[in-house]
Amino acid sequence: MTNKTLYDKLWDLHVVRYDENDTALLYIDRQLIHEVTSPQAFEGLRLAGRKPWRVEANLATPDHNVPTTSRPNGIADISDPIARIQVETLDANCEEFGLTEFTMNDIRQGIVHVVGPEQGATLPGMTVVCGDSHTSTHGAMGALAFGIGTSEVEHVLATQCLIQKKSKSMLISVDGKTAHGVTAKDIVLAIIGEIGTAGGTGYAIEFGGQAIRDLSIEGRLTVCNMAIEAGARAGFVAVDEKTIDYVKGRPYAPEGETLEQAIANWQTLHSDEDAEFDRVVNIDASEIKPQVTWGTSPEMVVSVDARVPDPDQADDPVKAEGMRRALDYMGLEAGTPVSGINVDKVFIGSCTNSRIEDMREAAKVAKGRRVADNIKLALVVPGSGLVKQQAEAEGLDKIFIDAGFEWREPGCSMCLAMNADRLEPGERCASTSNRNFEGRQGQGGRTHLVSPAMAAAAAIAGHFVDVRDF
Amino acid sequence: MFFFVLLGVLRVLYGYLIMKKFETFTSIVCPLDRSNVDTDAIIPKQFLKSIKRSGFGPNLFDEWRYLDHGEPGMDNSKRPLNENFVLNNPRYQGAGILLGRDNFGCGSSREHAPWALEDYGFRVIIATSFADIFFNNCFKNGILPIVLSEEIIDNLFAVAGGEKPLEIAVDLEAQQLKVAEDEVIPFEVDAFRKHCLLNGLDDIGLTLQHVDAIKAYEARRCQEAPWLFSQ
Repeated sequence: MTNKTLYDKLWDLHVVRYDENDTALLYIDRQLIHEVTSPQAFEGLRLAGRKPWRVEANLATPDHNVPTTSRPNGIADISDPIARIQVETLDANCEEFGLTEFTMNDIRQGIVHVVGPEQGATLPGMTVVCGDSHTSTHGAMGALAFGIGTSEVEHVLATQCLIQKKSKSMLISVDGKTAHGVTAKDIVLAIIGEIGTAGGTGYAIEFGGQAIRDLSIEGRLTVCNMAIEAGARAGFVAVDEKTIDYVKGRPYAPEGETLEQAIANWQTLHSDEDAEFDRVVNIDASEIKPQVTWGTSPEMVVSVDARVPDPDQADDPVKAEGMRRALDYMGLEAGTPVSGINVDKVFIGSCTNSRIEDMREAAKVAKGRRVADNIKLALVVPGSGLVKQQAEAEGLDKIFIDAGFEWREPGCSMCLAMNADRLEPGERCASTSNRNFEGRQGQGGRTHLVSPAMAAAAAIAGHFVDVRDF
Repeated sequence: MFFFVLLGVLRVLYGYLIMKKFETFTSIVCPLDRSNVDTDAIIPKQFLKSIKRSGFGPNLFDEWRYLDHGEPGMDNSKRPLNENFVLNNPRYQGAGILLGRDNFGCGSSREHAPWALEDYGFRVIIATSFADIFFNNCFKNGILPIVLSEEIIDNLFAVAGGEKPLEIAVDLEAQQLKVAEDEVIPFEVDAFRKHCLLNGLDDIGLTLQHVDAIKAYEARRCQEAPWLFSQ
């Protein structure tokens, strides 16, 4: 019997060597690539006359800059010339170095963190990296997945390895069952509210407990996606039957005898009973209610039935000052009931919440209803071409369109507003994305992070509302 | 033949000398008294469309620094400045050390954030804590991030905002900040990262010294877990 954590196991499986300072050379099984953080990495390879170490370990797709409006002509439909050059550069680089890319009008194109698991390109037990902080998402597959900078993207291209120090380990155990109407997004927002945006800094987080085991794989992808919002580069969930069922039959997944061999291996990917963590956090799932952020950091979050908190009640002056600045930016008064806050725009999408189950949850709320008159725009942006296709096969697009939502092409869209989808100064948005930083969705824009069902309900009501009463 | 050998040597040299060396650095300190300074604030998304590594300095902290909305290609010298933002305060012009608080550099992994800080002229960032990815990205770009206790940082803020700007001499080899004639503050830095910064070493060049170990690892894993090598 061993007493290893899942993190220990994933780490040990990938150490190529240690140097005298306990710095490891860590082998990377999969690198995902998008247009924003890769051009300088490819340029670095070219300048140094290097070639990719293992071409087939990489998978690329454009997502940040692509328009979500109709784009039958592909890249030619990107109106911003600088954005167009960036997507063209990705195509040219993938072609030059022989990397697989799902280009703009490929049905498999989408947000990298939706595409990877959907294709079976991120598998249990893998190390997965991408020049994108939300790479933690893939940890839901029982993988060690984390975001890296562009210099490291180049490093992985050139060597298939990274120079890494092992993090500390944290177990966040969400015990018991969640109440009806409480989703994966609410669980992870409640976790961030509990431990704070720096609570996971220096740690790799394993999410466990009954409420996490009860989640579907897509729900776990949502939870792991926001590990970085709790400060942890990597968040993951142990492999179980759900993980294995999810992987089977996907295009990049193993088949036949190799699959059987892989499954036997994947079944060991959990923390041992006697494993010790550097920190353990227990959260009672039954106490979690639908969450809404009120400020400019994901930790500034309360339940939908609560009021906007008062900086005067904060325990330290630096924190109080941060709260005052956030309230000022958000145009909110302390003490305002959250459910009374009107919104201007609604965004359902992003690598956090744009998978088929998210679409279904939002559609269930929207069905047979109408978007309120005060809503200027309600966007639904599926995470990939395949999610879009599936949603349309189920008639979800019709439900959204009939209710007054716009049904768009896949991409990152208004999560970070690099394309044309954005907030104007002062506009308030109910958003299923992951960051409510100042200016994130457009300069002066005000973001409230919520679940897909809560976002759809806000669109219908015109203000935040408890989806459990809907 | 000789030509190819020479080319190979030059490429290796390029790999080793790609990064700026960091030994000592003396500059005045610009105090940015906020927690959770995120990389979206350090360099907003519209500037990430560039396919270059340089030229981000004029747009560092763009939304806090200017009163109008910034877009790539604008003449930044003609834009209205936010006089209340610390970077625009005449007393901190030319500062090469940035003083921050908790969770500096949180959010997106964009390396454009350290590129912008470096391009502006910051070589040292001192804070109570840093986000992991940003912290790592700094070292790749010749920027030294230093973690100090809240008590020391509070004092540095008080001095930096005082009568005359605070000048600090950073000595990486000795791991010391000289903040006054008779006052030195020690700091911690990972031994490997220190070695790389002091010598301006490039990580890729270092890793490629272990080609045989990587190949041996791959050969072993290919037997143990063939599905990882199928496509």
